[in-house]
Amino acid sequence: MPELSKVERMKLPRQSMLEQKPEERKHNFKEVPFGYTPELAIQEAQRCIQCKIPKCVEGCPVEVQIPQFIELITERKFAEASRKIKETNSLPAICGRVCPQEEQCEERCVLGKKFKPVAIGNLERFVSDYERDNNLTELPEIAPSTGKKVAIIGSGPAGLTAAGDLIRLGHSVTIFEALHKPGGVLVYGIPEFRLPKSIVNSEVEYLKKMGVKVMTSHVIGKIDTVDELLNEEGYDAVFIGTGAGLPNFMRIPGENLNGVYSANEFLTRSNLMKAYDFPNADTPIAKGKNVAVLGGGNTAMDSVRTALRLGAENAYIVYRRSQVEMPARAAEIHHAEQEGVQFILLTNPVRFIGNKDGWVEKMECIRMELGEPDESGRCRPIPIEGSNFEIDVDIVVIAIGNRSNPLVVQTTPGLKTNRWGNIIADPETMETSKRGVFAGGDIVTGGATVILAAGAGKKAARAIHDFVMSKK
Amino acid sequence: MVEVLEHYNIGQSNFKIVLAVPKLVKKAKPGQFVVLRVSENGERIPMSIADMDREAGTLTVIYQVIGKTTALLATVKPGEYIMDCVGPLGNPSHVDKKGKYMVIGGGIGIAPIHPVAQKARENGNEVYGIIGARTKELIFFEDEMRKACNRLYICTDDGSYGEKGFVSNVLQRLIDEGDKPDFILAIGPVPMMKAVCETTRPYSIPTWVSVNPIMIDGTGMCGACRVSVGGVTKFGCVDGPDFDGHLLDFDLLTSRLRMYIPQEREAMKKFQEEVHTPYVGPKS
Ligand SMILES: Cc1cc2nc3c(=O)[nH]c(=O)nc-3n(C[C@H](O)[C@H](O)[C@H](O)COP(=O)(O)OP(=O)(O)OC[C@H]3O[C@@H](n4cnc5c(N)ncnc54)[C@H](O)[C@@H]3O)c2cc1C
Ligand SMILES: Cc1cc2nc3c(=O)[nH]c(=O)nc-3n(C[C@H](O)[C@H](O)[C@H](O)COP(=O)(O)OP(=O)(O)OC[C@H]3O[C@@H](n4cnc5c(N)ncnc54)[C@H](O)[C@@H]3O)c2cc1C
Ligand code: SF4
Ligand code: SF4
Ligand code: FES
Repeated sequence: MPELSKVERMKLPRQSMLEQKPEERKHNFKEVPFGYTPELAIQEAQRCIQCKIPKCVEGCPVEVQIPQFIELITERKFAEASRKIKETNSLPAICGRVCPQEEQCEERCVLGKKFKPVAIGNLERFVSDYERDNNLTELPEIAPSTGKKVAIIGSGPAGLTAAGDLIRLGHSVTIFEALHKPGGVLVYGIPEFRLPKSIVNSEVEYLKKMGVKVMTSHVIGKIDTVDELLNEEGYDAVFIGTGAGLPNFMRIPGENLNGVYSANEFLTRSNLMKAYDFPNADTPIAKGKNVAVLGGGNTAMDSVRTALRLGAENAYIVYRRSQVEMPARAAEIHHAEQEGVQFILLTNPVRFIGNKDGWVEKMECIRMELGEPDESGRCRPIPIEGSNFEIDVDIVVIAIGNRSNPLVVQTTPGLKTNRWGNIIADPETMETSKRGVFAGGDIVTGGATVILAAGAGKKAARAIHDFVMSKK
Repeated sequence: MVEVLEHYNIGQSNFKIVLAVPKLVKKAKPGQFVVLRVSENGERIPMSIADMDREAGTLTVIYQVIGKTTALLATVKPGEYIMDCVGPLGNPSHVDKKGKYMVIGGGIGIAPIHPVAQKARENGNEVYGIIGARTKELIFFEDEMRKACNRLYICTDDGSYGEKGFVSNVLQRLIDEGDKPDFILAIGPVPMMKAVCETTRPYSIPTWVSVNPIMIDGTGMCGACRVSVGGVTKFGCVDGPDFDGHLLDFDLLTSRLRMYIPQEREAMKKFQEEVHTPYVGPKS
C-alpha cells in the first residue's frame, strides 16, 4: 500500500460496515452489521493520523491505546491489535458493538472537527472478532496460586472483568450468578441482533478456561449472604457487581393490565428465554400489532426493535423530551428509524385503558413542551394542559430505567448505600463501607454503560489484589 | 444440573418429586419457593417447598401437570437430572406465635401449607388445618398433616372423602361454632383463597394468602409477578409470596394468570404431538 500523507489520510471517507437491509433484518434476530472485511478495516485504520497527543484516548473511560491498536491494523496485525486493546479493556468484541462511541472515544477524535471521526468502535469490533473467529485467542499467563479466594456476585461486565483480572493474579475466583446464564444485561437485556450471545458465551468460556468457577442459579442474599461467604465459606474478599436490575414503573392507572411489560421482562423473555423462537423455546411472549415503548434510551430502542421483529405493524417510541435529548446510542436510533419505528416525541402517557378481558387497548397521552434545563442538564418536559389524546396499543413496554435490586444490600449489614439504594464505593478502589467488600458497575453508579462497569471491575480487581495480599 | 432422587404419581395428575439440593435446603424456610428449569430452552417455573430434609439434603415439591413444562417434568426419571433449581426465593411465611393458627390448603396448596403448619406448631401455636380437594384421590399429605396439626379437617367437593363441601364451608362452620382462629394462612387455587378471605372479612380475622402469579426470575428483576395489595403494586416474588388476603386484588391476579393461555395451549399441543415417555413411577 502506498504511503499516504496526513492530509490525504484525513480525507479518506469513513468506511461503514456492511449490514443487513432494514426490510430484511426487521424480520429476523440476526446481528444487523456484518462487520468489516480485513480490507475495509485497513482502509479505515489508515484514516487515523496517529496523533502524538491522542484526544480519542481521553474520551475512552478505560484509556484503550487507540492509535497503537489502529497502527497494528494497518500492519495487518489484527490479533496483536486485539491484544493491545485487551491490555486495558477485556471485552473489546462487546464494547466495539455497544459503547456509545459518539460520546466517548470518537467524539474526541480530531478528525471529527472537519471530517468524520475514525470508526474506532468498528475497528475494535473487527480485530477482536478476527482474533476469536480464527482461534487466535491466547490464554494469558496466570500467576502462581496465592491461595486467596475471591467471590464475585453478578456476572455482568463488572463481574466478568474483575474475575478475569483476579484469576490472572493467581487468586481462586468464583462467580455467583442469580440467573441460569452468565452475562448480566449482555445476555438478558441486549438483543441478539445487537450483540450475539455467542460472543458473550465465548468471553465466559475464556474465563472458565483460565480457571474461574461460575455458579449460576445462585442468588446471593438468599442461598448465601455476603457475611456467610466471608466468614463461613472462606472467601478473603467479595466483589458485588449486581447491576441495576429493578424495573421502574410509571405509577399511572392501568399499569398492571395484561400486555403492559417492563422492558426487563419483555427483553428477558425474548433474549434470555428465547421467546422469539416460541414454541421451539418454551417461554411465551405476547405479540402485538400496535406496540408502544416508553422511553428514549438503549433499553427502549432494544425493546421497540424486538417488538418489530416479533411482528408489530406499528412500533412506537413514546418519549417525553425531543430526539436530541434521547440517551440511546446514535446508531441504535438510526437503525430504529431505518426499520420503520415511529417516534412520538414530547409525549407522556397518563393512563392505560383496558378492554373487558383485562388487556391494554389504548393509552392516553399528554403532549409536553420543553422548559428550563433540570439538574441532569436536559430540558425539563412540562405537560401542555388539555392536549390529551389516545393511541391504540395492544402491547406497552415501559423502559424508563431501573433501580438497584436490594437483595444483597438488605442482607448485608454494614453496607452503606445512597438515597437511591446504590452501594457507596470509593471511586478509585471500589472499596465499600464494609471491610473486604468491594462493589462496582451499575450497582454503584446506577444504570450506566458496559465500559464503565468493566472499568470498575478492573479497578476493583487491583484493589482486591492489594487487600487480600496484605491480609494475614 | 440437579438430580431427581424420587418421583411418584400421587393421584390423577399430581406428582411428588424429590430433588438433591443440599445447600438450598439448609437455607430454606417454610413459605419460600424455588424456580425450576427442566430442559435447555425450557421455561422457568416456580414451585413451592412442600417438604425438606436438611440431613439428607433433599427438597420435596408436589406439582400438578397442567401444561407443557409440568408435563415435561413428569417424564424425568429418578437418577436423571433437571437443568436448575434456584432458591430459596421469596419471604418465609409468618409462623410466629399467634395463638390459634389455622392453615388452609386447597388442592395442590396442601403441599406448601404443610411445612408452615409444622413450623407454626413448633413455635407454640395451636395449629388447626383444613385441607380440601375436588375428590378423594387428590387428597395427599393426610398423615403428615395430622402429625403437623393439633386438629385436622378434611373436605372434598364431591363428598367422596371427609366433609362434603369447600374449605371455606368448613371454615364458616368452625366460626359459627365459636371456634375463631387468630390467624389464617390459606394456599390454593385463586377462587379458593378468595372465598376464604370473603368468609373471614366480616370477622376481621387476619387472613394471609400465598400468591402464584406468572414469574420468570423470581428475584425482583422483571416485574412479571406484579400483584396489587391495598391499591399498591407489589412484586409477588420478592415482596411475597404471602400477602394480606383482605387487601389483595384477586381479580387482577386471575386476569394476569390468563395472559398466555393461547400460547400455553399451542405449547401443550406441540408437546403432545412429540414422542415422550411419560414416567409414572410407583404410587407412594
Ligand atoms: C436493554 C439494555 C441495553 C443496554 N445497552 C447498552 C449499550 O448499548 N451500551 C452500553 O454501554 N450500555 C448499555 N446498557 C447498560 C449496560 O448494559 C449496563 O450498564 C451494564 O451491563 C452494567 O454492568 P454490571 O456488571 O454492573 O451489571 P449487569 O450487567 O446488570 O449484571 C448484573 C448481574 O448480577 C446478577 N445479580 C443480581 N443480583 C444478584 C444476586 N443477589 N446474586 C447473584 N447474582 C445477582 C444479575 O442477574 C446480573 O446477571 C444497556 C442496558 C440495558 C438494560
Ligand atoms: C410462588 C409459586 C409457587 C407455586 N407452587 C406450585 C406448587 O407447589 N405446585 C404446583 O403444581 N404449582 C405451583 N405453582 C404454579 C406453577 O408454577 C405453574 O403451574 C407452572 O408454571 C405451570 O407451567 P406449565 O408449563 O406446566 O403450564 P402452562 O401451560 O405454561 O401454564 C398453565 C397455567 O399456569 C400458570 N403459569 C404459567 N407459567 C407460569 C409461571 N412461569 N409461573 C407461575 N405460573 C405460571 C398460568 O396461570 C397458566 O395459565 C406455583 C406458582 C408460584 C408463583
Ligand atoms: S472501549 Fe469503548 S470508548 Fe473505549 S475505545 Fe473502545 S469503543 Fe471507544
Ligand atoms: S484522535 Fe483520531 S486520528 Fe488521532 S489518534 Fe485518535 S483516532 Fe487517530
Ligand atoms: S418474577 Fe421477575 S420480578 Fe418477580
